[in-house]
Amino acid sequence: MRLSPVGADSLLVDLDTPEEAQAWHARILHRRSAGRLVPVREIVPGEKTVLLYGIGDADAMAAELRQWSVPPLAADSGPLIEIPVRYDGADLPAVADLWGVTQDEVARIHSTTHHRVAFCGFAPGFAYLLGLEERCHVPRKAEPRTSVPAGSVALAGPYTGIYPRASPGGWQLIGTTDLRLWDMERDPAATLSPGTRVRFVPQPASESTKRSKATTQGRTKGERHHA
Amino acid sequence: MSGGKMEVVRAGALTTVQDLGRFGHASLGVPRSGAMDQPAHRLANRLVGNPADAATMETTLTGMAVRATRPVLVAVTGAPAPVRVDGRPAAWADPVYLPAGAVLDVGTVTSGLRSYVAVSGGITVPSVLGSRSTDLLSGLGPAPLQDGDILPVGAPGGRPMRSDTVAWQAPPSELVLPVLLGPRDDWFTRAAVDTLASARFSVSSKSNRIALRTDGPVLERSVHREMASEGMVVGAVQVPPEGRPVVFLADSPTTGGYPVIGVVPESRLAAAAQAVPGLPIRFSPIRQRPRRSARPGHAYSLGSD
Repeated sequence: MRLSPVGADSLLVDLDTPEEAQAWHARILHRRSAGRLVPVREIVPGEKTVLLYGIGDADAMAAELRQWSVPPLAADSGPLIEIPVRYDGADLPAVADLWGVTQDEVARIHSTTHHRVAFCGFAPGFAYLLGLEERCHVPRKAEPRTSVPAGSVALAGPYTGIYPRASPGGWQLIGTTDLRLWDMERDPAATLSPGTRVRFVPQPASESTKRSKATTQGRTKGERHHA
Repeated sequence: MSGGKMEVVRAGALTTVQDLGRFGHASLGVPRSGAMDQPAHRLANRLVGNPADAATMETTLTGMAVRATRPVLVAVTGAPAPVRVDGRPAAWADPVYLPAGAVLDVGTVTSGLRSYVAVSGGITVPSVLGSRSTDLLSGLGPAPLQDGDILPVGAPGGRPMRSDTVAWQAPPSELVLPVLLGPRDDWFTRAAVDTLASARFSVSSKSNRIALRTDGPVLERSVHREMASEGMVVGAVQVPPEGRPVVFLADSPTTGGYPVIGVVPESRLAAAAQAVPGLPIRFSPIRQRPRRSARPGHAYSLGSD
C-alpha cells in the first residue's frame, strides 16, 4: 500500500491488484459506517486505488491507514445482484472469435463468471465489473459507436459494463438487459455500486422477440439525454 | 411572502442553474458540478439575503434577461457586465430591486466569462441528488435555460447585504495556477515538470464547464503503459496522450484513465472559471515533500512510501 497526496486535502491509496483495492475499499466503508474513520467527503474506488477525497484531517487519516493490514475479501462478501441478460449483442460473433469459442460458449462463460463492481464512472450508474479471466479480455472497438442503446451489456479490456442510458461508446456489445441501472425515481438511483457482486442470468431465447421491441422504445427515449 | 416565478426572456449563450454542487455520489460516477466561480455565486446570494446553497443562474459571455412575476431583489456578480432594469442602468455586484413585470438584462461581459444572477428566494427547480445544479457532463439537473423558460423562485428569507466589502479586481493579464504535484508526477519526465513550470500555456477555446484545456507545449511521459482508471478530483491536472495538460473543473468525470501530474487548489478554480480563451496561463508546480510529523501552518504533505 502506498499513499500519494492529491492536492491539499485528499489521498490516493494505491494498491498492487484490483482484489487488494476492493478489500481496502470494503474496509474503509466498514470503518466509516461504524463511525471509526476520519471524516471524508467522498470515497472513490478505482481499478487498483481508493481515492479519499476531501479529508477533514489528512495527516490523521494517513497515520491511521498506515496501521492497517487488510486481508483479502471473502468471495461471498458484499450484496449480490442478478442481472437478466439476453446474449444477443451486435459484437457477440466478434467476441466469440476473439475468445476462440462459439457464441453459446461466450454466454455460458460470461454468465458463470463471478463479477464484482470495481468502480463506477463514465456516466452516473455506469459500473466497471471485474471477474473475467485474462484470456477473455478484449480490446475496445477501433471505431466507437455514436449511440449504444441503454441496457447494452458490453466488454472492454478486463471489464464488463452495462450502459445505463443510450450514449456513444466503444465497448464490444454482447447482450441486452431490461434491468434499469439508473433510475432517479429510486433511492438509491444506481443499481450497481462499488463492491456489489453480480451474476448474469441468461434469458430464454424465446422471449427475445418480445423484449427487443421494449429495447427499441427505451432507446428512442434514452437518446434525448446526452452522455 | 410566497414564492414566484422568473421568465427567461433571453437565455444567452449558455445559462445554467447552479448551486454549491452535488456531493456524496462520486463513487457512483456523479460529478460535483455546481457554480464554477463559487465566491461569485456566494456573494450574489449574500447580496439578496439568500443562504450560500440557494441556486443562482450562471451565464456565459453574453449574459441573459429575465422578467419577474413579483417584486424581487436581484444581484449580478462574477464577470462584470452592464446591468439594466427595463433599459435603465443598474448596479453590478449590489442588490437591485426588480419590480413585478420588469426585465433584468445582464449584457455581454466586459471581462471574464461567467456572471451569476441571484434572485431573493433562490431558483427552486427540483433538487436532484441533493443539488439543483445543471451537470453538462452527465445531464443531471435542469437543462441549460432556453428563451421562454419559466423558473420557480422561493420565498425570500434573510437580510440582504450591501456590497461595501466587495473587492474590485482588474481583469488578470494571465492566469496563474499553483499545482500541488502528485499523485502521478512520477509518470512524467523531469523535463516535463520543468516545462510545466517554465513554459507559456494559454486557455484553449475548447474549454468548458468540464475542463479548462490548454494550448502550448506537450508534457512528456516517462511511463508509457496504460494507467488503471482511478478517482479524479476537481482541480486535477490530467495529461491525455496528446500531452497538453487539462484542468478538471466542476462537471469533470469522477474517474479517469490518464495520469494526473498535480492538482490546482480549489481556491484558484474561480480564476480558472473566468479565464477567456487565449489568456496566458502560468503553472506553478509545488512539490509536496515527505515528512514525518505535522507542522502547524504548513501545507499538508506526504511522500509515497
